[in-house]
Amino acid sequence: MAGRLRVHVDPDKCQGHARCKALAPELFELDEYGNAHEAGDGTVPPGLEDKAWLAKSNCPEIAIDVIEE
Amino acid sequence: MSDVSQPTAHPPVTDWINDFDHTDPQWTDDPFPIWEELRAASPVVHTERFLGCYMPTTYEAVREIANDTEHFSSRRIIVRDVRPEVARNAAPPITSDPPVHKPAKQLLLPPFTPDAMKKLEPRMRAICNELIDGFIADGKVDAAAQYSKYIPVQAIAHMLGIPESDSDLFINWIHMILELGIKDENKLLQAVQEMSAYFRAHIEERRSKPTDDLISYLMNAKDKEGQPLEESHVLGSLRLLLIAGIDTTWSAIGSSLWHLARTPADRERLIAEPGLIPIAVEELLRAYSPVTMAREVVEETTISGCPVKAGNMVLLSFPAANRDPKMFPNADKVVIDRRENRHAAFGLGIHRCVGSNLARMEMQVALEEWLNRIPDFRLDPAGTVTWSQGTVRGPRQLPFLLGKAM
Repeated sequence: MAGRLRVHVDPDKCQGHARCKALAPELFELDEYGNAHEAGDGTVPPGLEDKAWLAKSNCPEIAIDVIEE
Repeated sequence: MSDVSQPTAHPPVTDWINDFDHTDPQWTDDPFPIWEELRAASPVVHTERFLGCYMPTTYEAVREIANDTEHFSSRRIIVRDVRPEVARNAAPPITSDPPVHKPAKQLLLPPFTPDAMKKLEPRMRAICNELIDGFIADGKVDAAAQYSKYIPVQAIAHMLGIPESDSDLFINWIHMILELGIKDENKLLQAVQEMSAYFRAHIEERRSKPTDDLISYLMNAKDKEGQPLEESHVLGSLRLLLIAGIDTTWSAIGSSLWHLARTPADRERLIAEPGLIPIAVEELLRAYSPVTMAREVVEETTISGCPVKAGNMVLLSFPAANRDPKMFPNADKVVIDRRENRHAAFGLGIHRCVGSNLARMEMQVALEEWLNRIPDFRLDPAGTVTWSQGTVRGPRQLPFLLGKAM
């Protein structure tokens, strides 16, 4: 069994492509400029693990980390 | 005053690796094998044309340049035959470098967030259906000239608060700047002057009667010091919004329909699984990216091991990067449900397209409404598909027959 996952957006790398928000709206939020950050503390609720990996693998700026805890 | 030169014909290309030319008819018709040849030769190639110009051919080299604003300036963003003096506030923020880039960009971002685009969506669906109403009974259509062309222009006119009925005027300016302007400085200057005069009149109207649109938004915007923007900045950004938002998305919608007309399996799948359309839009953006940008080398450096020298332009081909097989397995195939897709159609780094959320919404809506009403269509064998030349690539003539083949 995989452990719990947490997502994190590096604010210095994010350029607001918003792919993460489109693919995993439960895990990411956008600010007034459209730049992304993780929702809450980034903890991935059970069942949304696939979406976390999907968001990471579609970020053109390689700004998303998925941390296995 | 800029130097004004007459347009010159380019000799045909015989040696792509050492003498590439993105305005050559062969590139316009089918650039993909050319990019493959260039990529096999080197991550960075050079041509003496355009007063000296490099082209990164791999995704990695494109990324390196896009992220390096120290050696590569955005003060010139179109590779052209001439290098006239750079105008201040040409089209901020796309023509801006750090540190002035960030505040100019942040000003434009809030009206273009995904949430802001959702409010525009009902108008977009209506525009698409009005256009379809105009030709669906004919049994055939030029999907470029009668459909995809008018979707983005009406959307941005709606956002700017200028008449949607002026669409043909805007489209002509863009053709003069982005296509004819590569070789003809007069045409470019004329279009820029006409656009500025057009927007000045709209700004004047709003001084006494403010409106809820992007023109009033920019007129009332303040810079970091709390001062109103200079008029040249407002006009530059308005020109940018009008130019950047139109033939780019027109091309993307046109290329997508071109692909679907030739690929019944993908068409049928999207009709059966409309939820897949947003993923398909990303793949179509990757495979048929419309926009090639440019940079100017301002200081010598090395890209993917290749030396690049100051004074040259760089043809920053996001479309070629998106066909790099090192980055995308089966890069030359449209994989309509591709799961991993870090495509660079909207650029990489600080100059990520301000209108990317608008473009995506327009593409999704344009395809959804089209497939909903026209599930069967194919290229008209009696017609010819033609493609635009140069900076933005997409079909300009796209003759279709509508309905099931007999």
